[in-house]
Amino acid sequence: MTGTNPTVAPSSSNGALATSVSTSAPGGLVKSVVELDRVVIRLAGDSGDGMQLTGNRFTSETASFGNDLKTLPNFPAEIRAPTGTLPGVSSFQLQFADHDVMTPGDAPDVLVAMNPAALKANLAELPGGGLLILDSDEFTPRNLAKVGYATNPIEDGSLEGWQTVSVPLTSMTTDALKDSGLGKKEAERSKNMFTLGLLSWMYHRPTEGTIRFLERQFRRKPEIAAANIAAFRAGYNYGDTTEAFAVSYEIKPAPMKPGRYRNISGNQALALGLVAAGQRSGLPVFLGAYPITPASDILHELSRHKSFGVRTFQAEDEIAGIGAALGASFGGALGITTTSGPGVALKAETIGLAVMTELPLVIVDVQRGGPSTGLPTKTEQSDLLQAMFGRNGEAPVPVIAPRSPGDCFDAAVEAARIALTYRTPVMLLSDGYLANGAEPWAIPDADSLPDLTTAVAFATEPNGEDGEFLPYLRDEETLARAWAIPGTAGMQHRIGGLEKADRTGNISYDPANHDFMTRTRQAKIDGIAATIPPTDVEDPDGDARVAVIGWGSTYGPIGAACRRIRSSGRKVAQIHLRHINPFPADLGEVLARYDRVICPEMNLGQLALLLRAKYLVDVQSHTQVRGMPFRSAELAAVIQDAIDIAGPDTTAPDTTAPAAVDPVAVNGALQ
Amino acid sequence: MTTVELGMPDAPTPIDAAIARSLEQHGPKLTELKGKDFKTDQEVRWCPGCGDYVILNAVQSFLPSLGIAREDMVIVSGIGCSSRFPYYMNTYGMHSIHGRAPAIATGLAASRPDLSVWVVTGDGDALSIGGNHLIHALRRNVNMTILLFNNRIYGLTKGQYSPTSEVGKVTKSTPMGSLDHPFNPVSLALGADATFVGRAMDSDRKGLTDVLRQAAEHQGTSLVEIYQNCNIFNDGAFELLKDPATGPMWTIPLEHGKPLVFGPDGASCVVREDFGGLRIAETNQVDASEIVVHDATREDPSYAFALSRLSSQDLRYTPMGVFRKVRKPSYEAMMAEQLDEARLQGAGDLAELLAGGDTWEVKA
Ligand SMILES: Cc1ncc(C[n+]2csc(CCOP(=O)(O)OP(=O)(O)O)c2C)c(N)n1
Ligand code: SF4
Ligand SMILES: [Mg+2]
Repeated sequence: MTGTNPTVAPSSSNGALATSVSTSAPGGLVKSVVELDRVVIRLAGDSGDGMQLTGNRFTSETASFGNDLKTLPNFPAEIRAPTGTLPGVSSFQLQFADHDVMTPGDAPDVLVAMNPAALKANLAELPGGGLLILDSDEFTPRNLAKVGYATNPIEDGSLEGWQTVSVPLTSMTTDALKDSGLGKKEAERSKNMFTLGLLSWMYHRPTEGTIRFLERQFRRKPEIAAANIAAFRAGYNYGDTTEAFAVSYEIKPAPMKPGRYRNISGNQALALGLVAAGQRSGLPVFLGAYPITPASDILHELSRHKSFGVRTFQAEDEIAGIGAALGASFGGALGITTTSGPGVALKAETIGLAVMTELPLVIVDVQRGGPSTGLPTKTEQSDLLQAMFGRNGEAPVPVIAPRSPGDCFDAAVEAARIALTYRTPVMLLSDGYLANGAEPWAIPDADSLPDLTTAVAFATEPNGEDGEFLPYLRDEETLARAWAIPGTAGMQHRIGGLEKADRTGNISYDPANHDFMTRTRQAKIDGIAATIPPTDVEDPDGDARVAVIGWGSTYGPIGAACRRIRSSGRKVAQIHLRHINPFPADLGEVLARYDRVICPEMNLGQLALLLRAKYLVDVQSHTQVRGMPFRSAELAAVIQDAIDIAGPDTTAPDTTAPAAVDPVAVNGALQ
Repeated sequence: MTTVELGMPDAPTPIDAAIARSLEQHGPKLTELKGKDFKTDQEVRWCPGCGDYVILNAVQSFLPSLGIAREDMVIVSGIGCSSRFPYYMNTYGMHSIHGRAPAIATGLAASRPDLSVWVVTGDGDALSIGGNHLIHALRRNVNMTILLFNNRIYGLTKGQYSPTSEVGKVTKSTPMGSLDHPFNPVSLALGADATFVGRAMDSDRKGLTDVLRQAAEHQGTSLVEIYQNCNIFNDGAFELLKDPATGPMWTIPLEHGKPLVFGPDGASCVVREDFGGLRIAETNQVDASEIVVHDATREDPSYAFALSRLSSQDLRYTPMGVFRKVRKPSYEAMMAEQLDEARLQGAGDLAELLAGGDTWEVKA
């Protein structure tokens, strides 16, 4: 074993708090335990090294231990990039803590690099003094040359700024498995489990879950299960006995609301939410989808729930996916289609048809970097305007967005509620970060989920004065049209994409009718605001003059940034939007309360554009499209600047007069 | 009444409940109907003389014989003159968007096996913009009947050439003649392994009705190509086959179990050729045993395909009737089976699903 710093001292980089030190002495070694309030670990390796699995297992251990956490998987777009190269690096970051965490962390405290490529790709983000664990076996001249290292960083002193521990992870794994009957190559593949064992020791993680998982996973290959378990234990024992790691860490469970919890990713939560919506409405769920990253896992998950009467249809393309879903809705099912941005572009015409035929439909867009094929595996929020306006004609569609992986569940139920109640297609905007990220999730009580049966009142009797059925006669309150499904006697009718006459639904080219129907369709969507909660504002001091507004997955980073600001004694409000179309009814009034409104987005200012247009508020757009979530420290700096510009907090802001903000002065100060 | 098995076997679904409620109002399902019962109050808006009228009348008058209640029938169409069809039928209907009817019908048929689902489409709708959906619907074999009105032209957009127009067709968009080689819709469908493929002529009420009946009774996707005259933009496109003087010479009537002999006095016939192909021969020049006896039920689609290749772009030697009709499990039936199989262990329990995977308890 080589190492520039064989005995690792307590780390408190990146602001984590080391609160106490105690010692223990297993096997004669003096080992100390340091208590931390939070840790950010990043595991990086070749895509073939199983870093995602390792990360997910560590996450499960951590979740079941009771820490709060957030994860950030980051994988290459290529399935099998050449081994050992930079494009082939896959990583997994998680932050876990003894308190509630809002993000996976800006930067890691600990970086595990399984090869030179992983080191090269990630080292710049490890703050000085951070803990760096390397697999020394992989630092061969050949692997070094692949990524352009002229000399071995383990030996040339270039890693002196970090606490580097280089451990022969690969050969220790093969040593541990020499009696397993597996060949060398095969045995080497368990090095991720060795590493997981080591980390599990370092952070006092419970191990039974992983052992059970491996047994289950390799049920049909008991020798592989045994090898992985042996490697996992060897890694754990190595930590316990080696001198290389003198310190292990304890992170106490986080206080959480009492209840039963599980760890859940956004895509999983979204799929479960859709199943729940089917159960709570009594309608059979029909998913029409075409595979696309990062949405495919929803299709995979829903395909497993046939016992709930869920039908999944892998269509020939996105257009057929949504077409089939709409056809199923026409027949009385809860029609759903799941995709990412490029798929939404293809579905546009059918969404328009759903707007015209006024049938319920849930369209899930798990956004990724665009335009075009863009960055398939990276996150972005750049489909908001596509969701809002990406259709021909005046085709308003409700848009809602979840804020965290677990919230994808509630957002899915809410999307179904709106779709069914108002007989309209609904856009649900998730993103790559939410989809693949995970967090502990308080398992909801199935019986207390919203009851959607009232939203589904199929028409069974003629509603016209002359005993005829008028498919476009509307509910006075919701403006939803009457929904009669095929099979219902006496209610035969025809719908379609041509403009409908009010009430009868017959084809109509009448100018006045078109004007009326266009406005009615808009009014129906606008009217949804009556059933959504008021704007979600978090302003603990109650008198902040600067507000940060966000939507979707930026909730976590913005929230973490606001905490930083508040912990430095300053005031800031966080406004978060789940409903983007329509906005909550009080949003204009809420925005007017603040001297300055900052809107961070992972696009070039799409929500800001909507807010400015609708409320004439001089929103300060702060944007980034790097395929990664915002770093909360960077956001905090932006907020800090805005607070400084807003000036000292001497007078309470005038809540009644938005004109108190002089747009010219503010703009001038900004630019 | 047919009940729908939709996922929650214990409680009736809102769908079952709605159907039951409507029947309480209307009494038992009306299946003894007349042609006029399928008419609507909507004014038919095709050009006078259009072949679409003839097809509409034929469909309306033969439907009662199928014994399907009007409310159990759904017609989904795309866009085109032909796709106006649903408005004139007193059934459920959706006049959807260009080319997508097979996809929409697939979702409906797959989730509501109790319905009789029909698609009405044109040559542009089905073979140009919607070509992808058509071939995939055919290979999946979802239970639905597709009526492809082939007038070999884009009618609604006023006369551009279509994917079935003959090479060299002069239209507004091809003043010097079209360059594209046309599709033969029957060959295309057979290439997609369609389980039922037929062809009929708009003006041949008897032949059309016969093919339509078999198509409707077929379990799985049936495709019926209907030659339809567009008297405005492509008048007389099928005259060679319609004209009593030339029709019998160039039409090969397909009758299951009958030798393929045609033409005035049965002068022509179909015989086998090398490489599994077929060719036309003079009946008196071949031995009777060489004449092909039509068998629409052959599993191997290559015979039906060879039949479809007998005709040329100018419609000489056009087989009319049912090319292929084979049994294969239909998609929605297999889908329902998978659902039933999944429920063998019991219907899904939401609370159990939500609490799946590794869980832990946080105590108060
Ligand atoms: C997306 C889209 N593209 C183009 C059109 C214009 N369009 C309407 S019908 C049609 C062609 C119809 O031809 P066909 O399917 O043969 O029907 P026919 O009118 O001949 O019955 C076209 C190009 C449209 N409605 N939608
Ligand atoms: S344009 Fe041709 S196909 Fe269309 S309605 Fe007129 S005659 Fe019929
Ligand atoms: Mg046509």
